[in-house]
Amino acid sequence: MDSNRRKVLKGTGGMAVMGLAASAGLFQPGSAWAQAWNKAAFETKNMADTVKAMGGASAAESKEIVITSPDIAENGAVVPFTIASRLPKTEAIALLVEKNPNALAASFDIPAGTEAGVTTRVKMGQTSNVTALVKADGKFYYTTKEVKVTLGGCGG
Amino acid sequence: MADPMKIRAAMSGDKVEVKVLMSHEMETGQRKDSKGATIPAHFIQNVTATHNGKVVLSAQWGPAVSKNPFLSFKFAGGKPGEKVSITWTDNKGDKRTDEATIA
Repeated sequence: MDSNRRKVLKGTGGMAVMGLAASAGLFQPGSAWAQAWNKAAFETKNMADTVKAMGGASAAESKEIVITSPDIAENGAVVPFTIASRLPKTEAIALLVEKNPNALAASFDIPAGTEAGVTTRVKMGQTSNVTALVKADGKFYYTTKEVKVTLGGCGG
Repeated sequence: MADPMKIRAAMSGDKVEVKVLMSHEMETGQRKDSKGATIPAHFIQNVTATHNGKVVLSAQWGPAVSKNPFLSFKFAGGKPGEKVSITWTDNKGDKRTDEATIA
């Protein structure tokens, strides 16, 4: 009984602190932009459109971006990806799966001080080229890798 | 309210390595139920990680991110004992914040 009460108090306290921090403007100005969800970018079907929706003109291929993932994914519902960028001033990393209904799977904003590398897991409907898109110093770069899928992750 | 996240934050050299496992359906909006009706999309759209009030990573996700999403990244400037806080918001406006202490 008593321990339950503790939990409730702790929970609401935590939320209040978050609210206060937000209203006091403790977060960086950039975070207000980051909170918005780029609907246009997530509705694009190919990389060129995604780059445009993210505010760039075109992207150049770069060997400084490394995609680490299985070459053959047995289960398309959970395909692990690690994307690392060695480009100086990497600001954002995005992961695109070409043959998914919408290409863009996830995008990450990398503030200064954070390593330009993220790991996450995405769904893949079928064998497809996967593109890592990196924004560094205001320019866009990409690298592509094919991942084979034996069992799709978007079926019912 | 969704289930709590599992967060691990540990020093890795001079950087803090953060690993997060979230509990979320991540429904794509592409699947149909047994009656043929489309299951509405329900997925995490925004993830923000903060350390000492400073954003160390923010992410925008589409429905293609796997169910029960996993995220891992490293940032500089953290010390053992300090807190890392992760917040996600989904497309239905649901929200959850959890924190972990850097080991």
